[in-house]
Amino acid sequence: MTNGLPDPRIPAGPIADAWRRTREGLPLISPLRKGQMDVLVVGTGLAGASAAATLAQQGYRVTALSFHDSPRRAHSVAAQGGINAARSVAVDGDSVSRLFADTLKGGDFRAREVGCQRLAEISSGIIDQCVAQGVPFAREYGGSLATRSFGGALVSRTFYARGQTGQQLLYGAYQALMRQVELGRVHLLTRRDVLEVITVDGVARGVVARHLLSGELEVHTARSVLLCSGGYSNVYFLSTNALKSNTSAIWRAHRKGALFANPCFTQIHPTCIPSGDVFQSKLTLMSESLRNDGRVWLPKNPGETRQPDAIPEAERDYFLERLYPTYGNMTPRDVASRRARELCNAGRGVGPGGRSVYLDLTDAIKAEGKGAIAARYGNLMTMYERISGDDPYKKPMRIYPAPHYTMGGLWVDYHLMSSIPGLFVLGEANYSEHGANRLGASALMQGLADGYFIAPSTVTAWLAGTPAQDVPTDHPACREALESTRRRISQLLNSDGSTPVDSFHRQLGSVMIDRCGISRHADDLREGLEQVKALEQRFEAEVRVPGEASGPNAELEKALRVKDFFGLAQLMLRDALAREESCGAHFREEHQSDEGEARRDDVNFAHIAAWEHRADGEPIRHSEPLQFTALQPSTRSYK
Amino acid sequence: MKLTLRIWRQSSADQPGDYQSHRLENVSPDLSLLEALDQLNEQLISSGERPVSFEHDCREGICGSCGFLVNGQAHGPRAATSVCQLYLREFSDGEVLTLDPWRAKAFPPIQDLMVDRSAFDRLIAAGGYCSTGTGQAPDGNAMPVGREQATSAFSTATCIGCGACVASCRNASASLFVAAKLAHLGQLPQGQPERARRADAMQRQMEAEGFGSCSSNLECEAVCPQEISADWISWMHRERRS
Ligand SMILES: Cc1cc2nc3c(=O)[nH]c(=O)nc-3n(C[C@H](O)[C@H](O)[C@H](O)COP(=O)(O)OP(=O)(O)OC[C@H]3O[C@@H](n4cnc5c(N)ncnc54)[C@H](O)[C@@H]3O)c2cc1C
Ligand code: SF4
Ligand code: FES
Repeated sequence: MTNGLPDPRIPAGPIADAWRRTREGLPLISPLRKGQMDVLVVGTGLAGASAAATLAQQGYRVTALSFHDSPRRAHSVAAQGGINAARSVAVDGDSVSRLFADTLKGGDFRAREVGCQRLAEISSGIIDQCVAQGVPFAREYGGSLATRSFGGALVSRTFYARGQTGQQLLYGAYQALMRQVELGRVHLLTRRDVLEVITVDGVARGVVARHLLSGELEVHTARSVLLCSGGYSNVYFLSTNALKSNTSAIWRAHRKGALFANPCFTQIHPTCIPSGDVFQSKLTLMSESLRNDGRVWLPKNPGETRQPDAIPEAERDYFLERLYPTYGNMTPRDVASRRARELCNAGRGVGPGGRSVYLDLTDAIKAEGKGAIAARYGNLMTMYERISGDDPYKKPMRIYPAPHYTMGGLWVDYHLMSSIPGLFVLGEANYSEHGANRLGASALMQGLADGYFIAPSTVTAWLAGTPAQDVPTDHPACREALESTRRRISQLLNSDGSTPVDSFHRQLGSVMIDRCGISRHADDLREGLEQVKALEQRFEAEVRVPGEASGPNAELEKALRVKDFFGLAQLMLRDALAREESCGAHFREEHQSDEGEARRDDVNFAHIAAWEHRADGEPIRHSEPLQFTALQPSTRSYK
Repeated sequence: MKLTLRIWRQSSADQPGDYQSHRLENVSPDLSLLEALDQLNEQLISSGERPVSFEHDCREGICGSCGFLVNGQAHGPRAATSVCQLYLREFSDGEVLTLDPWRAKAFPPIQDLMVDRSAFDRLIAAGGYCSTGTGQAPDGNAMPVGREQATSAFSTATCIGCGACVASCRNASASLFVAAKLAHLGQLPQGQPERARRADAMQRQMEAEGFGSCSSNLECEAVCPQEISADWISWMHRERRS
C-alpha cells in the first residue's frame, strides 16, 4: 500500500495495447484445477450473470446468489436506450480512439484513462457476443446492425433493441447462465439477500445471506467473491432504479475494509417523468434517445398558463439549442439537468409545482409520421401515457431530472479487485471508467465488459497466484459474521417504535436530493450531514419492523437496506463536501464559471477519492492520482 | 378517492387463506395500484397488522415481478399493461377491487399475492438459449438478419415472464411463454442449429412442471402485458412436428 491505497496495478507503457499485454501476461489455471475451485458471484444482473456464465464455462464451480426470484428480473432489465460500441462501420468516422476520448472526456477526466481505453477496445466484442446469443438488436433493411446516437457523442455508435436494450442483453446473459445451471456448473441461489462479507486473514472468502422466504441465515464460502450487486441511487428514495436496488452488499464490504470510491458521483438523468403524490414510489425514465427527435423547451414567460400547443413558436425557449448550438438537445446529462433545474427554480417550469420542462416530439411526428416515431420509441410512449395519463403523440411530454445512476462504488484496481484481496467488484457496484459523469449507453457496455471479458481473466490470475484451503462454514470468521448479522436483524425487530420504514426512507431521500442532488453547496452538505445523522438516530428509536426474523418479511428487508443507506448517505455528503471543485455531475455552486458552467480543479482534484471505513471515528479519505498521457484534460464544452 | 381492497390473505402455502377487506380513504387517482398497496401497508404496520405481501420491483412494467388478479383479470382491466402500470384513475371512486394471486399448480403459493414462478426458469434452463460460449463470437454483422425478421424475433423476445398467461388459462398452460421463447430464437439464424431439440426439450419440461396443455381459448393473449400473439402457439406446435 502507498498512501493507504493498494497498488492500482495500472499497466506500464502505452495505453493503446495495455489490456492485451496485461492479459497475455496473466497466469492460467488448468481446467482440471478450476473444477476444484469455488467462486461466489453476488448478483445476477448483466455484470453478475455474464461473469457467472463465463466462469462456469471456464470450469469453475460457481455459486450465484440473487436477491430476485429469477435472474431475469435484475434491474438491468430496465435499461432502455442502448449500448455503445466502437465499430468503424458507418461513415461518420467512429473508432476505438474516439470512443475512448468521449468516455474520458464524458467522465470529466475523473476516470483512469487506461480503463477507458480498455472499455473502448472491448466494446465491439460485446456486441458480437450478444448477437451470437440471439439478442435481437435492431437491424438495417439489408441485415446489418443498426445504430443511433446518444447524448454526449457526435457519432452514431449506440446499438439497441427498440427501447428495451437492457432487457434483451439481460435475457441473453440470463439464458447463458441458465444453460450453465442446467449443465450443473452453476449453483443458482435466488431470493437471497447478501448482508455480510466474510474475510479470513484479510482475504474475502464468503458471504452471509438471508433466505428471503424462510428467513434463515446462510453462510457461503469460496476461493473468491465477486460482488455484482448494482448501484445505489435508491438512497434518494425516488429514483429511476428498481425498488429493491440496494447498497447492502457493497456497504458491508466497505465496512469490512473495501475502500469506497467517489461516492458522491451520482448521475441525475434529465428526462424522467416528474413526481407528484407523496406516496409515489419511483420516477420513471424516458430514454435519452428521445432527445434525438425531441426538442426540449419552456415557455418564455414565467407563470405561463396556456396549454403547450397554444404557445406560439416565438414565445418558446428551446433553451438547450439556444445555449449549446453544437450539441443542442444532445448535451450531456448533467448539463441538461442543471439547466432544467435552474429554469424551473426561476419560475419558468411547467406542470404541478412548476417542476418540469417539455420534451416535444411534434416536429419529428410532423416530419416522419406517427408510425415512424412509434416504431422507434413505441414502448416509451405507452409507458408515458400509462403513468401521466397524457397522450405524448398529441401533447409534449413533461420531464424533470431524477437520480438515475451511481458512478461511485467500491474502489477497484485495474484487475477489478477491491482493496480486500480476493474480492472483485463488477458493473455498477464498482467505481470505474465513468468518472464524474457516465455517458449514455456506457453502463451496459461496462457491466458486460467486466463480466464477459475482464473478470474471467483477472479472477483466474488471482486464483492461480493464491494458494488457499477451503474455508469450512463453521470457521470462526463465518460464525462471527453470522452472529453480527443476527444481531443487526434482532435490533431492528426489537425497536419498539411505530413508524414504517418507508417513512424514514422518504425523509432520507428528500434530504439527499436537496443537499446532494443536481447542485451542491458546502453549507447545505454540512447541514445535510447533521440531518442524516439525526434521522438515523430517530430511525433506530422510532422505526417499526413488524413480523419475525423467520418467514417472508418485506419490511425487514427494507429496514436492513435503509439502515445501510444511512451510512452511505453520510459518506456521500462527506465526499461531496471534500471535493472542492465542480466536475461532471458533481456541481459545487462555489466552483463555477461566470457563465454558470462547472469549474474543475485539475491541480488539486485530478484524483479518485477512496474512503476507508473506521469503526470508531471519521472515515479517512485517500486519493489515487490520475495520469493522463493519451489525452490531456481539457475543459468540457458542449457549446 | 376512496377504494375498498378485498385481498386474498394467506400466511403460507400450508395455511388456509381467506379474503380480508381494507378501506383506503383519500388516495390520489394518480397513484398506481401498487402504490395504493404501499399506502395500505403503511396503515397496517402502524396499526400492528401484518402488511400485504406482493411482488414488485421495477414498477415500470419491465421486470415481470408484479402480477395478481384484479377482479378476476390478470394484471387488471387495462390491455397490454402490467399491474404496476395500472393507475387508480382507471377505477371509479368507491369501487371494490378484489385481488387474488395467480393460481396454477406449477406456481405454488408463497404468501398473500405472491407465488413461486421459478418453474419458468427451469423451462429456460431446459433449452431456451443458444449454446454458444463466451469470448469467441464471430462478427455480429457476418450473419445478416433482415429488419423484418429481427423485428419479429424481438416482438417475441419481449416476454417479461410475469406468468399472467398461465394464470388466465383454464388449463394453467405455459404455452404462450414457451412459444414466445421458441419463436424468438427460432426466427434468428443463431437459433437454427438447436431449433428442433429446443422445441422438444422446452415442451417436455412444460409437462414435467405440471403446466396444462393449450386448449386455444386465447385468454393468454388477451392478458399478456407484452401483447405476444397466440399465433406463436400454433407455430410452436408445428415446430415440434417438423
Ligand atoms: C431506467 C434505467 C435505464 C437505463 N438505461 C441504460 C441504457 O440505455 N444504457 C446503459 O448503458 N445503461 C442504462 N442504465 C444503467 C444500467 O442499466 C445499469 O447500470 C446496469 O444494468 C447495472 O447492471 P449490474 O449488473 O451492475 O446491476 P443490476 O442489474 O442492478 O443487478 C444487480 C444484481 O444484484 C442482485 N443484488 C443486489 N443486491 C443484492 C444483495 N444485497 N444480495 C443479493 N443479491 C443482490 C440483484 O438481485 C441483481 O441480480 C439504465 C438504468 C436505469 C435505471
Ligand atoms: S407471454 Fe406475456 S403473459 Fe406470459 S409470461 Fe410472457 S409477458 Fe407474461
Ligand atoms: S414491478 Fe416490474 S413489471 Fe411490474
